[in-house]
Amino acid sequence: MRIRTAGVVALFALALAASGCGGDSDEPAAKDTPKAAGGKLVIWADDKRTAALKPFVEKFGQENGVTVEVQAVPNEDLQNNFVTVSSQGGGPDVVIGAHDWIGNLVQNGAIDPVQLSDEQKAAFNETAVKAVTFNGQLYGVPYAQENLALIRNTELAPEAPKTIEDLVATGKQLKAQKKVTETLCLQVGQKGDAYHIYPLYTSAGGYLFGTTANGDYDPKDLGVGKPESIAAFKKIAALGEKGEGVLKRSIADTNSTATFTGKKCAFLVSGPWATADVKKAGITYDVSAVPGFAGGKAAAPFVGVQSFYVAAKGKNKALAQEFVANYVTTPELAVALYQADPRPPALNAALDQVKSSDPDLAKFIEAGKNGQVLPAIPAMAAIWDPFGKAEAAVIGGADPTSTVTAAGKTIAGSIK
Amino acid sequence: MSTPLSGPGSVQQAPGRGPVRTGSPRTSRTARNHAPITAAGLVAKVILLGLVAGIAIWAAFPLVAAEMWGGLAVLVLTTTALFYLYLGRRHVPAKYLIPGTLFLIAFQVVPVLYTASTAFTNFGDGHRGSKDDAIVAIQSSSVKQVPGSTQYPLSVATKGDPATGALVFLITKPGTDTVSVGDAKGLRPLDPGAATVGPGGKVTAADGYTVLNFGQASARSKDITDLVVPTAGGALRSSGLSRAYEGKAVRAYDAGCDCVKDSDSGRTWTADGEVGAFVAADGERLAQGWKVNVGLSNFTRVLTDERISGPFLGTLIWNFAFAIGSTGGTFILGMLIALALHSPRMRGTNLYRMLLILPYAMPSFAMLLVWRDMFNTDFGLINNLFGLSVDWFGQDWSARAAVILVQLWLGYPYMFLVATGALQAIPRELTEATSVDGASRWQSFRAVTLPLLLVALSPLLISSFAFNFNNFNAIYLTTEGAPFPADNPSNGATDLLITYTYRLAFGGQAAQFGFAAAISLFIFAIVAVVSAVSFRRTRQQEEVYA
Repeated sequence: MRIRTAGVVALFALALAASGCGGDSDEPAAKDTPKAAGGKLVIWADDKRTAALKPFVEKFGQENGVTVEVQAVPNEDLQNNFVTVSSQGGGPDVVIGAHDWIGNLVQNGAIDPVQLSDEQKAAFNETAVKAVTFNGQLYGVPYAQENLALIRNTELAPEAPKTIEDLVATGKQLKAQKKVTETLCLQVGQKGDAYHIYPLYTSAGGYLFGTTANGDYDPKDLGVGKPESIAAFKKIAALGEKGEGVLKRSIADTNSTATFTGKKCAFLVSGPWATADVKKAGITYDVSAVPGFAGGKAAAPFVGVQSFYVAAKGKNKALAQEFVANYVTTPELAVALYQADPRPPALNAALDQVKSSDPDLAKFIEAGKNGQVLPAIPAMAAIWDPFGKAEAAVIGGADPTSTVTAAGKTIAGSIK
Repeated sequence: MSTPLSGPGSVQQAPGRGPVRTGSPRTSRTARNHAPITAAGLVAKVILLGLVAGIAIWAAFPLVAAEMWGGLAVLVLTTTALFYLYLGRRHVPAKYLIPGTLFLIAFQVVPVLYTASTAFTNFGDGHRGSKDDAIVAIQSSSVKQVPGSTQYPLSVATKGDPATGALVFLITKPGTDTVSVGDAKGLRPLDPGAATVGPGGKVTAADGYTVLNFGQASARSKDITDLVVPTAGGALRSSGLSRAYEGKAVRAYDAGCDCVKDSDSGRTWTADGEVGAFVAADGERLAQGWKVNVGLSNFTRVLTDERISGPFLGTLIWNFAFAIGSTGGTFILGMLIALALHSPRMRGTNLYRMLLILPYAMPSFAMLLVWRDMFNTDFGLINNLFGLSVDWFGQDWSARAAVILVQLWLGYPYMFLVATGALQAIPRELTEATSVDGASRWQSFRAVTLPLLLVALSPLLISSFAFNFNNFNAIYLTTEGAPFPADNPSNGATDLLITYTYRLAFGGQAAQFGFAAAISLFIFAIVAVVSAVSFRRTRQQEEVYA
């Protein structure tokens, strides 16, 4: 009996100690922060950008007497995690991610609009501002943009091809001379790749969504399955495995760049992210726009924008707005982020600063001049998978008409 | 053949059950009741129960903060029950059962119930929160800057204490020194000279007001975001801590008609409790919806949607073939190797064992990706090595063969390990006895070794089957369901039910958790039935051979 009492007393002592400990560690955090540091700003970014942001936000915090914490979340989980914690009423104050998340973030009520003055907007690349505008509202502050271009090995192909036909002719010649094994490194894979085929698709006359009067993408006007898209896929099929053998499902995201750096092909369709590998492999290269079909439209790559968002459920929205609207718009941060991850800055002043040391940037921007903003409407999520698979099937030799019609039906079926 | 088997069977009992019998008298019930309380036992008890109390207190604060009284009641009841149970000397069986039961409830029963309850809702992207959340989101995302209005440099100030006093906005007309003060009542000019204006136009000091610095202001973030200063064209709101703009909420919720009205376009969206969204007369929905109960509609969609019911049977058959093929293939290969290494004439068995276990020691994620690349038509190791040009993942049967081959490679070391263990538990006297009786090696394997192996391994085979039935990674990291028929991009030849439904629920428009939950309940039912039938058969088998 005595032992049991002793046990109970000991237990309660322990429990009290445990709760006391918890209290001790909580209270200073809750009390000290507002006094000493004013407020706390939590930012979610992926690993690379976290490292680039850290020194900058520390400076921002010290200058303004606030605590800023950057938390690294892997890019592939970031959007989903953010939406989940946001629906529970928590999460970060500021999030960094691609602009095509906007549609989904808005429908989940996860982000708030950002109000920039006209002068601030004018400092940015026009396409970048257009990309983060959704339903007539500005939802993010862009800092970098990216698009596909044609990277070529200048030792093998000194001249930039004007058309796809030129490119194929050069590639075939090199192949006949046994200098390369592939004509073109454009990633397809078993599931297809809508993003990488899009320049060719647009050049051949296809489109994804029509636009409404105010320039927004219109989910009700779906271009996949329309006669133009079938004609475009017929041209793509002619380049496929049963045609010229230029586009192949065996070239996928995993080996496209490696094949180019291994000098097995003279042309690579990729973005600024590939240049690091190409440089490392010691290849002399040049960057030009993805060529279109002879007599077709100009090839339009997707333009994607990386952007800062203000979380709707953040604890410190005023500070988040302040940070995003007034500090992200300064060139210093854009340059720091560029150094961590070489994508062309969206801020004109920042681009001018880094342009001289990196000639590729201007070339990538030039290659994206004909580009179209990657649609941010939620309906875009319904495009990727069926469109890619239709592309893979057509390149593998399937009938373009029935394949693209079926893909159009599937996409229309999942757009509410 | 069954009569001679009863002999070996009863012999087999002896080594397995012997130790239990010799050990049981020492741990009889009467002995335990009089067992002395050891210091170590007491310390363990205090630490474990202290941990329970600590966790309970740690969990209680957020529950109280969120006013989740139901959750708090469960917490208090569980903790009290645990203390009552372990502080007393009675209820000894319960002391053993409760921890396992609690974990079973927390990690098995609750997730299943949660999935089941989600299946009756439209929970998913665009329908995550409550109706109030949706209304707030609609209104706040419709605040637009009034066309032609200017943005003003802003300072936040108060007449009282910076931490608690009522806040006002001090705004400067751009380019001038004219300062106005704004609060919820409206905007009124401040006497010229009463305020000091800094270089950027921000007010740095004002008579009678304390201007908040960034630190103080950001601590009152919510008050600042909530402060709206009405003006003629709309209202002044803060954009951060140093600028204000004149904005107007274009859309507003009207509780009277339970609808959202747009003052610019004059359109109206009425709340529809059935679908959890505001719907206009022409059927247009606002993107921000809320979570509602949709009854059985997720289930009827599974059964009636042609995209699902059409290829369902084919996928189900392949799914069974895949699960049986991977389980059976790995079992046969693993067992054959185990038998080979079990032979007493084998030399260097330890080295072989180590090499054979290697695939098991490598992370299957990485291995699946490596295999995917090895099957590449033009650059893959397999085609290059054998001089083939097979489009492995491009044709139905080669893709199916490829994924099963990968599974075989990944899975046989496990089967080899467990078969080795089970073989060592079968006494050699049994097989020796059969050879004395004149049985061939094959006969002795068929009649003695294999049945005894199966008795030991059946539960593992069933669980391996259930695992492979839902082996998402094996497909998603290799073929991703490919090849797809040209006219149906939603169902591929190597798709399992789980990868297929994943694509349906998450691959299209957006995440549809309610729908995904409904499909997973169907899969759960299929796997549960298969497992139940198999376990029943196993039990019968055990009765025959044991």
